[in-house]
Amino acid sequence: MGRKLLTEHINVPGIDTFEVYRQHGGYRSVEKALKTMTPDEVVEEVKKSGLRGRGGAGFPTGMKWSFLAKPEGVPRHLVCNADESEPGTFKDRHLMSKLPHLLIEGMITSSYALGANTSYIYIRGELLYVLRILEKAIAEAYANGFLGKNILGSGYDLDLHVHPGGGAYICGEETALLESLEGKRGNPRNKPPFPAVQGLYARPTVVNNVESIAAVVPIINEGGEEYAKLGVGKSTGTKLISACGHLNKPGIYEIELGVPVEEFIYSDEYCGGIWKGRDLKAVVAGGSSVPILPKELILKTAAGESRLMTYESLSDGGFVTGTMLGSGGFIAMDETTCIVRNTWNFSRFYHHESCGQCSPCREGTGWLEKVLHRLEHGHGNMHDIDLIVSVAKQIEGNTICPLGEAAAWPVAAAVRHFRHEFEWHVTNRQEATRPGAVYPGKAVLV
Amino acid sequence: MAKITFDGIEIEVPDGTTIMNAARKIGGDIVPPAMCYYTPLKGTGGKCRACLVKVTAGSAKDPRPMPKLVPSCITTVQDGMVVENTTNQQVLDVRKGIVEMLLINHPLDCPVCDQAGECDLQNFAFEHGVATTRYEEERRTFEKIDIGPYIQLHMTRCILCYRCVYTADQLTEQRVHGVLGRGDAAEIGTYIDNIIDQDFSGNVIDVCPVGALTDKTWRFKQRVWFTKPVNAHRNCENPKCSGNVVLWYKGKDVLRVTARKDEYGEVKEWICNTCRFEKKETSDWTIEGPTHIERSSVISANHYELPVVNPQVIADMPESTIRDLEQNPPLKLGR
Repeated sequence: MGRKLLTEHINVPGIDTFEVYRQHGGYRSVEKALKTMTPDEVVEEVKKSGLRGRGGAGFPTGMKWSFLAKPEGVPRHLVCNADESEPGTFKDRHLMSKLPHLLIEGMITSSYALGANTSYIYIRGELLYVLRILEKAIAEAYANGFLGKNILGSGYDLDLHVHPGGGAYICGEETALLESLEGKRGNPRNKPPFPAVQGLYARPTVVNNVESIAAVVPIINEGGEEYAKLGVGKSTGTKLISACGHLNKPGIYEIELGVPVEEFIYSDEYCGGIWKGRDLKAVVAGGSSVPILPKELILKTAAGESRLMTYESLSDGGFVTGTMLGSGGFIAMDETTCIVRNTWNFSRFYHHESCGQCSPCREGTGWLEKVLHRLEHGHGNMHDIDLIVSVAKQIEGNTICPLGEAAAWPVAAAVRHFRHEFEWHVTNRQEATRPGAVYPGKAVLV
Repeated sequence: MAKITFDGIEIEVPDGTTIMNAARKIGGDIVPPAMCYYTPLKGTGGKCRACLVKVTAGSAKDPRPMPKLVPSCITTVQDGMVVENTTNQQVLDVRKGIVEMLLINHPLDCPVCDQAGECDLQNFAFEHGVATTRYEEERRTFEKIDIGPYIQLHMTRCILCYRCVYTADQLTEQRVHGVLGRGDAAEIGTYIDNIIDQDFSGNVIDVCPVGALTDKTWRFKQRVWFTKPVNAHRNCENPKCSGNVVLWYKGKDVLRVTARKDEYGEVKEWICNTCRFEKKETSDWTIEGPTHIERSSVISANHYELPVVNPQVIADMPESTIRDLEQNPPLKLGR
């Protein structure tokens, strides 16, 4: 059993209340940070921990914090990105609904480190019930002196607001989130300037994922070096993985980074294998925006080594034979999955969620979706397969924000690894469009 | 000052200049195209991606190339930066792709579109696009929307450059229109049952790079290349209005009044709705002389500038116009 740093007490009855949370060691990191550490020392601990952003990009959190501009007299902000909405990713919702005080504790410690006196949790609008849980927990934190003026007599003030978003996927992109938080349409901003220099209300701002902020709590409690001992290489600590799809035990698992992918899928401790005794066909390892990999390449790298649940191991081979850990949205697909239909489904999502601000994404995502719709429904041609790869290439890297890449990568990877399945849809139209039809062959490795 | 190399040409520009404006200082065919960027409007740029360029060296201090193509209209220069535009195949390929994307839903109704001859997208497609499209799906279409007494919105042609939104935001007292919806369902629209008739709102027509927003007093009256643009001015009672315009003549009739634009199609000075829509008599204006049109437009094919005008004979001619005429003297007979 790996160590559980975030979810150790998640099943304790009443852990969402201040009293029970406190009885189980809650708010120790706030006491330690505010009473015995300077803000710079807290940042230093996070740097030592090697914590990487848990929202998907995997950028070192401590380094991100140290980029924050600190002009005298200008307020700074910490914004928690709780706008989780990528297909396959549902870990933050779980963490917030079960352990709201863990996030609040992380927000207080992190805000102290960054010198922020007003912080925000931007939560997805649909998660209304989580919003209520957080609001209640924040009220409890205020009542017990952990928020507000002069926290624990340290002279440090912090106000924490929770703000529901409008329910657009794009608002999970950090600059679109800031626009939305300012009350504007959630369109991504051009970068630079980066939020660390000019963020919320043009003030220096750090935007972190829920899990990243929650991870600050064990880092301060146990020390950055202790935290860094967990994991493998530059992938330190633990990570929440939301596993779904054709698994015997889908759910949310806190793993120590470095667990072999094969063990994660097949061991009883985690997902317990593929349901109904079927064979695994493909996996999307980090949420729907990352490249899909066939069974052979997700269990082992192209060099034949076991692939581990780490940022480095999953990306081994780049975008040709590798993928990304991303946000940890692990989607397993069994042998009965139609890859063309799955790719079309992902494409529908990105088409619907594109903000429409820049032309390659606005027009390209729709184009991809329409061609994939044709292919899936038996109206495609062979040249359509090259067309979607070409369109994906036209979008990738040419957009304002990463939604363009998120739309392009799954399509390009699906054709790369399952081209024969797309071709089968063209050559066997009648068979391919029969409900439940699945390409009869195996994946061809590139 | 920062020294940069743009397509092999070295130029020194003040710090904070964008790559696009540095290229415009060099001028000519190497200047990246701009569909959404508009110098007089703050905050524009970065959306259409037409002006993406390759930065092969970030600066003298950090000569690493930038990993992705960057929008030249909003990326500022660094000393020692090396930029490739027309000399980079990747840039040209991407630009071809951008043309294809923009033309997915934009109808090729140039033969009946009022913007033909002045359309940035037409020029962009001609210079960077291909003759065929790979798009076979159904196009997005909209009903024409009546948004007031002066402006016609034909959303089908809109490429969502946001220029009109910035114009309304920055020039008019009250903004009643913006972008509704998202993705390829996004559209320019007004708040419920509103019309666009604020003072200065006519400028949204001038900034629109395509024929989505057109002047109702001019629509379908004439092809632009059959008209003669003439610089004129009047003492406008509106203190914010420059009163410096171009009158578009057909015979003795003024068919259209627009603001004056530079060689990149950007308005030099904004004009009010009164000047634009209500002053259509020659007697309303002090005529200065033919407008010099330098762009690769069919308008300039007409050689309408042949009658030589002597600037000295016109009283009260603005300094800017005299300078303009000195730099771009009217064509001589026998050209």
